Amino acid sequence: MPHYQTKGRIFNIQRFSIHDGPGIRTIVFFKGCFMRCAWCCNPESQSYEIQTMIENGKEKIVGKDVTVDEIMPEILADDNFYRRSGGGVTLSGGEILGQPDFARDLLRACKEYGLHTAVESTANAPYETIEKILPYLDLYLMDIKHMDSAKHKEYTGAPNERILENAKKLAASGVELIIRTPVVPGFNDTAGEIRAISKFAATLPGVKEHHLLPYHRLGQDKYAGLERNYSLKDIEPPSQERMEYLLSVAEESGLKCQIGG
Amino acid sequence: MENIKFVIEKSARIEKLVNALYEKMPEIESARGLLVTESYKQTEALPIILRRSAAFAHILRNIPIVIRDNELVVGSATVAPRGCQVFPEYSYEWLEAEFDTVATRAADPFFISEKTKEELRGAYPYWKGKTNSDLAKANMAPEAYEAFITHGMFTPGNYFYNGIGHVNVNYEKVLKQGYRGIMAEALSALQKLDVADPEYVQRSNFLHAVIESCEAVVEYARRYAKLAKEMASKERDVERKAELEKIAKNCMHVPEFGARDFHEACQSFWFVQLLLQVESSGHSISPGRFDQYMYPFYKKDIDEGKLTIEQAQELIDCIWVKLNDINKVRDAGSADGFAGYGMFQNLIVGGQNIHGIDATNDLSYMCLEAAMHVPLPQPSISIRVWNGTPQPLMIKAAALTRLGTGLPAYYNDEVIIPSIMARGLTLEDARDYCIIGCVEPQKGAKTDGWHDAAFFNMCRPMELVFSNGVDKGVQIGPETGDVTQMQTFEEFFNAYKTQQSYFIKLLVNANNAIDVAHATRCPLPFQSCMVDDCIGRGKSLQEGGAIYNFTGPQGFGIANNTDGLLAVKQLVFDQKVVTMSEFKEAIQANFGYGVTGSAAERITSEVACSLAEEGVNVTEDVIRAIYQEVTTANGIPADKKARYREIKRLIDETCPKYGNDIYEADMFAREVGNSYTKEVEKYKNPRGGIFQAGLYPVSANVPLGAQTGATPDGRLAFTPIADGIGPASGRDVKGPTATANSVARLEQDVASNGTLLNQKFHPSALAGMSGLTKFAALIRSYFDQKGMHMQFNVVTRETLLDAQKNPEKYKTLVVRVAGYSALFTTLSRSLQDDIINRTEQGF
Repeated sequence: MPHYQTKGRIFNIQRFSIHDGPGIRTIVFFKGCFMRCAWCCNPESQSYEIQTMIENGKEKIVGKDVTVDEIMPEILADDNFYRRSGGGVTLSGGEILGQPDFARDLLRACKEYGLHTAVESTANAPYETIEKILPYLDLYLMDIKHMDSAKHKEYTGAPNERILENAKKLAASGVELIIRTPVVPGFNDTAGEIRAISKFAATLPGVKEHHLLPYHRLGQDKYAGLERNYSLKDIEPPSQERMEYLLSVAEESGLKCQIGG
Repeated sequence: MENIKFVIEKSARIEKLVNALYEKMPEIESARGLLVTESYKQTEALPIILRRSAAFAHILRNIPIVIRDNELVVGSATVAPRGCQVFPEYSYEWLEAEFDTVATRAADPFFISEKTKEELRGAYPYWKGKTNSDLAKANMAPEAYEAFITHGMFTPGNYFYNGIGHVNVNYEKVLKQGYRGIMAEALSALQKLDVADPEYVQRSNFLHAVIESCEAVVEYARRYAKLAKEMASKERDVERKAELEKIAKNCMHVPEFGARDFHEACQSFWFVQLLLQVESSGHSISPGRFDQYMYPFYKKDIDEGKLTIEQAQELIDCIWVKLNDINKVRDAGSADGFAGYGMFQNLIVGGQNIHGIDATNDLSYMCLEAAMHVPLPQPSISIRVWNGTPQPLMIKAAALTRLGTGLPAYYNDEVIIPSIMARGLTLEDARDYCIIGCVEPQKGAKTDGWHDAAFFNMCRPMELVFSNGVDKGVQIGPETGDVTQMQTFEEFFNAYKTQQSYFIKLLVNANNAIDVAHATRCPLPFQSCMVDDCIGRGKSLQEGGAIYNFTGPQGFGIANNTDGLLAVKQLVFDQKVVTMSEFKEAIQANFGYGVTGSAAERITSEVACSLAEEGVNVTEDVIRAIYQEVTTANGIPADKKARYREIKRLIDETCPKYGNDIYEADMFAREVGNSYTKEVEKYKNPRGGIFQAGLYPVSANVPLGAQTGATPDGRLAFTPIADGIGPASGRDVKGPTATANSVARLEQDVASNGTLLNQKFHPSALAGMSGLTKFAALIRSYFDQKGMHMQFNVVTRETLLDAQKNPEKYKTLVVRVAGYSALFTTLSRSLQDDIINRTEQGF
């Protein structure tokens, strides 16, 4: 079948992921992103090019061209775990909308096997692109990082108008939509900033949940491995107390809110 | 919010009991050793079974008894908490040799007073040549004894030096009928005996021994009743006085008669559990399905309003503490293998009843709660899981796992029931299985399982393939041919199977020799009277009185052998990039790497000794030079060394590894596992039963690994062998689901003596209800695929600190911080520190 031959570029398949969507999941990480978030924990995901990264003192090739057919066996290997836990497959990145045909065909193949499907995405693409994947998608985990477009652009390299517009369209499409916000000190960790996002999310029809994901430094070593500078070096992850305070602020919107995915 | 069933507040008494237990180093006491010697001297004219009951009775009449502060359930084998008695009738030389070091050794030290040493020295000469161990040695074929003692091909040492244990008895019968009921049964069997029966003598002696033993137990309980009464009369605290009076009342009634309330049932249970461990030194005396046989007593008291759930929980917690009051001293070598004063009293909850209906009840939850209240090594708590297991019980178990004590172990009804039925159990008996010791399934109260018969190190026959059957300069195995001349992989693999089969045969000889020794010198009338159908058959468990009889020796090293065989196949036969000669040299040279730690010291001393024997003057400089060469491998020419290391690199980086969900590799592992299990099951034991294999090493993979040279899978000499049936350490790089899929491909059903899969987690993987639910799903998914057993080490701060120091040991350790999972060892130092700090907060 032709859609099994569609090619895409990925940099990792991570099994037993338990913090990104319901149940036990396998995450397929797409290579290439439209944005350049300063805190990105997967900097090797940003460039579409196949790269060499130093990891634990050894060279590692990041990025691989695959067909849907080639990666389905690895995805299906944990079918049993998905069924028992209510889990499934999550496409992440990078930005999956950079490879919409591959995303669509991979999701379609997953649905043919009856798997629950999710994507992690910023929805920063023309809506026609997003529409391509919706027929095969159960859950859209959508990032809204900031309501102020100028500040959004300063920290991610992109303004937010199209993102917010797409959020409204996605909500109207009927797909299950969860809004997620990385909480980054110095960028959006004030009550006002979080409140604004949560308030906006509450206006989207059908949206019930808003997740706050505390900033972490797990990707820091990878910047050095790619010979890149990590600009947030001096930022400490938000404290548990701070996160709980921001959670209470977000909850004012009436949405079900939680810390972490 | 986590809604977990049966969260009950821990009573202040429990904390006090636990603290009192751990105040001092455990002590060796002499009373039992002296009493058994005294009795044996007086009964030389009697048949052995009556000598055993006479000795047991003599011990119970005279051994010091003690009621500890705050106890509600009483009965202690030793005056000092966590002390141990000695059992010279099994063996004694090792302890005598260790009198002056046993208190200072690294693993499981015991204090021993000069007075005790003196007393035992006085008793020991009587036993010279008379012990169980002496007879076992004499019974063995010389080549089997050599393979065991000198060459370490397998180790049946546990039963060679000690009692068998590894039994579950009919607690239910004692709780309901008391020993009066059992004595009546024995008496009735005696009356029915036909004096012309050719087995009349044996049967009659056995039944008399049963009655004498039961009477002694009743007397022993009355001694406690008397003591409690005396203590009550002097007690000023009104509350404690009442408790002591209740204890006195309990001990007057049980275990002589059936228990009338839950407190009496607890007391009756404890006398059984305790005295089984006074009669013999065998460990793994397993309470089994405690939640089932205790439930009617609990239910009745609760229904009648005589007991609150909190009171019931406190009594259960008291039993948990008592299970840690029993101890056993082992020889220094065994103590390394069983480190942690292990008694392996396995208690299991949940699962199906004999009708195939789920049997979970309040006590199933309360036992898990007790394990949270009393976070000590005993009992080994297990849970039976099947499709009908209520989710709240799974969640409760997961919450216990999260505490990081390694408990509970999870067992799969859906594999174990058919697996033991294939060994001849009826469907009803199979459904009623419990777990003995570490992981061994049996139908309790009907089985003499000999579950821990031996450890068989599967890497050793592989070594002998390379040496053509020679070990330490002696031809101990078959000549399977010069390995360098082998033309095909099949030839190589067959040589392995030939070596292994030969040593399995010797293992069977050793086990059966020990088996006969126990029947001859240490039959156990008390234990036997609570296992069917000893009374009916009129013979002890050791003579084949049980309905089901097995011998279960454990193989381990599947992962190393699978990876090694695959490496030989790929590099030597398929790709032909390494010759067999090179491969052999590389293994013998430890792949060009030095040996470290205690193995280096041992080898240095061996080399020095052999030089000295050859007449060389071994000076300190010579020793230093040997040590230098051993630890650095600098004696090997540089080009050779580089080649050996290259071969190891090829093995490490290019060959497939078991445990990564690679179908072909896993199916080959299945064949390797079956080469052991299906060979073992061909043999029979002297009790009229069969051999059945297990696949697990307890912790023997470490000490026995320290006696095993480098292996073809790239494992360096004297390092640990893979744990359980899991992948070799650090070689599973695809996470827990991939590992579970791989391990499930082994034919676990034929390893009916038990299998063991250990997995490691960070507590945060079980955070919140969502974490617990996903964790439960992981277990159920493994079990859907016919996994038999699973247990978890939830890593603690200490482990993470160790992982920082030795990252190579922890390659697959997954941790989570703030919403993401990551491999711990790949993180930078500062991040690791962050995570360690957060672990402490339980984040």
